[in-house]
Parts: sequence; C-alpha cells; structure tokens
Amino acid sequence: MTQLPGLLDTEALRKDFPVLDRVVHDGRKLVYLDNAATSQKPRQVLDALSEYYERYNANVHRGVHVLAEEATALYEGARDKVAAFINAPSRDEVIFTKNASESLNLVANMLGWADEPYRVDHETEIVITEMEHHSNIVPWQLLAQRTGAKLKWFGLTDDGRLDLSRIDEIITEKTKIVSFVLVSNILGTVNPVEAIVRRAQEVGALVCVDASQAAPHMPLDVQALQADFVAFTGHKMCGPTGIGVLWGRQELLEDLPPFLGGGEMIETVSMHSSTYAPAPHKFEAGTPPIAQAVGLGAAIDYLDSIGMDRILAHEHALTEYAVKRLAEVPDLRIIGPTTAEDRGAAISFTLGDIHPHDVGQVLDEQGIAVRVGHHCARPVCLRYGIPATTRASFYLYSTPAEIDALVEGLEHVRNFFG
Amino acid sequence: MKLDSMYQEVILDHYKNPHGRGLRDGDAEVHHVNPTCGDEITLRVKYDGTTISDVSYEGQGCSISQASASVLNELLVGKELAEAQKIQETFLELMQSKGKIEPDDAMEDVLEDAVAFAGVSKYPARVKCALLSWMAWKDATAQALDGADAERKTA
Repeated sequence: MTQLPGLLDTEALRKDFPVLDRVVHDGRKLVYLDNAATSQKPRQVLDALSEYYERYNANVHRGVHVLAEEATALYEGARDKVAAFINAPSRDEVIFTKNASESLNLVANMLGWADEPYRVDHETEIVITEMEHHSNIVPWQLLAQRTGAKLKWFGLTDDGRLDLSRIDEIITEKTKIVSFVLVSNILGTVNPVEAIVRRAQEVGALVCVDASQAAPHMPLDVQALQADFVAFTGHKMCGPTGIGVLWGRQELLEDLPPFLGGGEMIETVSMHSSTYAPAPHKFEAGTPPIAQAVGLGAAIDYLDSIGMDRILAHEHALTEYAVKRLAEVPDLRIIGPTTAEDRGAAISFTLGDIHPHDVGQVLDEQGIAVRVGHHCARPVCLRYGIPATTRASFYLYSTPAEIDALVEGLEHVRNFFG
Repeated sequence: MKLDSMYQEVILDHYKNPHGRGLRDGDAEVHHVNPTCGDEITLRVKYDGTTISDVSYEGQGCSISQASASVLNELLVGKELAEAQKIQETFLELMQSKGKIEPDDAMEDVLEDAVAFAGVSKYPARVKCALLSWMAWKDATAQALDGADAERKTA
C-alpha cells in the first residue's frame, strides 16, 4: 500500500463510517470520491441524531418543561461549538440556516432591504467571481435585477486562478459587497483572500466568503479572514443535511434588517408592527433544524478530535499524489491548478472526447462514485470551453489506494470508449 | 456485465457515426438543455405538408444523448407526422419503464434501432439524456405546426 507523509490512520477512521463498507454492483467495494458534493457521516454523528430524537426531542426557546430546556441547551450548545470551530468572537454571530445557499441568500436580502450605509441600490456595485457556485451567483443576480445595482466579476486565468490584475477597476468606490469562494468546488483553487479583502476594505465594501469547500477541509478562522460574512454548510463536513451556517460581524447583524419573519425572531408583536429579537435569533424565523444543529455539533466534535490541521495535511498529501497519478492517464486534462499548491482536494478533469457522463457511468460500474456535470458552476465550463467535467474529491477517510482505483478505472473507461 | 445493457453496440455506433448531424434549413428551431448535466441540443424540423422532410441538429452531450439524436434522425425523417408521433410516444413509454418493459416484436417494429435504449431506462439519471432530442423534436414540431396553422389562418 502507498504510504505518504502526513496521511491519517484511515484504516481506523474508516471504521467510523458505516457506509464506506458498502459493496455495490455485484461485489464492487465502494470507492467514494464525491466528497465535494457531500461527505459521509461518522457513527458519532448518526448516534447524536438518534439520541436527540430518542431522548430530548422538543421545540426550542419555548416551553418550560424538561425536554424543551434540554433541547434548547443542545441547540445552543451546537452554536457554541460552531463559534469555537471558526474562532468567532461571539456565539451571537453564528446564525443557523438550512444550507450555504440560504446563508448567501440571507446576506443578499439583508443588503437589499438595508438602510444606508449598507443599502445596495442602482448607484452601487456588487462583485463576485467567475468561479462561484451558482449559489453565490444567482442571489446576487436577483439582487442586482431587483435594485438596479451593477454586477461585476473577476475572470479566471488559464491555470484556474482568479485574475486579479484589474482588481482596482473591478472593486471601486461604488462597490458595496464583494462575495467570493474561498475554495472552488469545481477547480479546487484556494483563493487569495487577503488581497481581495484589502482592496474591499480600502473602498469600504463588505466582504462575504463562501467557505463551503473550506470549512470541512482546513482550519477556518473568521477573524483571520477579516471578512464580514462567512457561509458554509454542515453536510459537507460530516454533519447532516438541512443545517448551514452564516457567520456575520456582530455590529452588522445588529444593524441589518431581518429577511424571513415569523416565530422565534421577534421581541414583541402587535397587529400593527413588531420588534425583533437580537441576533442571531433575528435571522432564525420559525422552528430551526434542531436535530441537524445537534448533529453538526457532533460533527465538529469529531473533526476536532482528529484536528483540522491534520485533515488539511492528509488531503494535501492525497492531492499531491492524485495530480501526479492523474497526469499518467493519457488524454486527461485537469481543469484547475495542476499542482497541489494552493489547491483543495477536489480535482476536475476531462478525458479526451469522452463525455463526463459516460466516464462517470463506467466508473460507477466499478464501484467508483465521482461527480459529473458542471458542478453548479456552469460559467467555469463556459470559460474553459468544455461541456462538463468529471470530478473526484477526497476527504479525511480517502486513501491512496482509492486514487489508484480511480486511475485504473479511467484506463477501463478509455478502453471501453476507445 | 450490466454496463453492456446500457452501452449497446448500436448506441456506440450511432455515437461514433451520427446520422444527419449539423444544422440545416428548418421551419422551427428549439434549444433544449439538461440542466443537471449540461447536455445541450439545438434542433430544427422541416416539414413538407405533414411529412417530415428533415430533422437537423447540433449539440454536445454524452454518448446516450448524442446517439439518441442520431437514431431519431434515422427513424423520423421521411415519416408522416402521425407515425412519427407514435414512434415518439412508444420511445417515451420505453424510457419511462424503469427497465420493466422487455421490447417485443411489435415494439421493435416501431422503434427499430431505438429499442437499443431499453437498457438505459434502468438508469434514472440517464433517461433524460436519451429523451433530450425527442423532447426537442416534439417541441419543435409543435412550433412548426403552430406556425403553419397561423400562416393558413392569415392567408
């Protein structure tokens, strides 16, 4: 077996993930390389979910009975865990949402309805990048259409990085918000946050970072990022689906208006008007995803027990190995950075003229799960003149042997369509 | 191997040597996409009365979607509209069968090469690929005939 420096003890870790033992298609061992779409869940998270429902289930922040108080403590305890995980200065800066898309839509709507100095209107500009996931494009397109604001973006270089050469023309005095991805879900690129934040701060623009592909894979420190908002989702980091996070700077959360109205987010309500609860509750209308928040808390405990720096080192070693092995496959072209430098563990590629759908189908027959298509980042495919890509993405339980299986599988694909 | 039931020789042949590919003159043009995977097709139909005189297309996509467009061209060009509609409906029924329909002789007579797609119907993610060009044809035909109706009414 291939041994690489920095690898985690995957043999032990994999025992925590029941689904990784699955055998598919008449005896093929599952090789799960679709972690950028969603991660698998360890037993510890599954247990936390069922324990919550079996022992504590109640609605939160209302009722004085034992279960209601315990459920509230668990839900708010999960908020504490998230705050510590991202080094938030205050737990009140952590808003639970249903996913990263909702988090990003929430920011766009806060700004659309805000008063000065935050208000986005027809005299202002919004800046994104060409490598965003659709969830960090469409909410801003909607905001631009509704307010008349101008939407601008950073293009990409041929090697899959942001083209920041015209940064002073793109981020200007008119810019109200710059929203960009920390790690691209399709290219794997890790973006230079500091350069963008510095320019945004020069012109007084807010900064929103989509950390969906970062939070699961590397230490995330919202204070070090110096952003104003950071969004991510739970299900890509060993947590359940249905739980996302928006972190926002406290003074902004105090100033900005709520988006969804309902129970939980109010202070007092009369038939004429209402006053609102302080953040984060102001932004959490209705019964929240309670069990899912508890599950995310358990996922964070699990990740912390391994250590995010060790997970980063493991994935970096795997990525180095994967780009080297994939380079041996004839006709394979990596879309995105071709080295492991400033790169996450999601690797997109094309294989000659063979359509990614066909690549994915033949790999699946061998038990290898990859993602094919445009990965909710169609502008990237257009930029590089390709209809779609095949993407292999790794996580803490991925092994060099699985990369070997992928390379062998691709050989089989080439023979099949050759 | 199960994969062979999807990637029949006939399908791979059509994929490698597509029939009637390229855009030519038509009465109506449509552009259909499969948003989950990015497959796209631009398709034109040309009618001579109620006879299909041409179906031309250009697109990008997987072997299944491209082969399906090729089979469609081979099967429908020269047919009367009513017969073509019957073929389209039979193909749709087969593709929505989740692998439960084993094509019989009668179905084979109607579908010819298109019966090769029976295996694809077992793969829900790929059914849309096989149907992309057929839905585009149906849409283009409706537009072409609407246009012809409108012309008759104004004449």
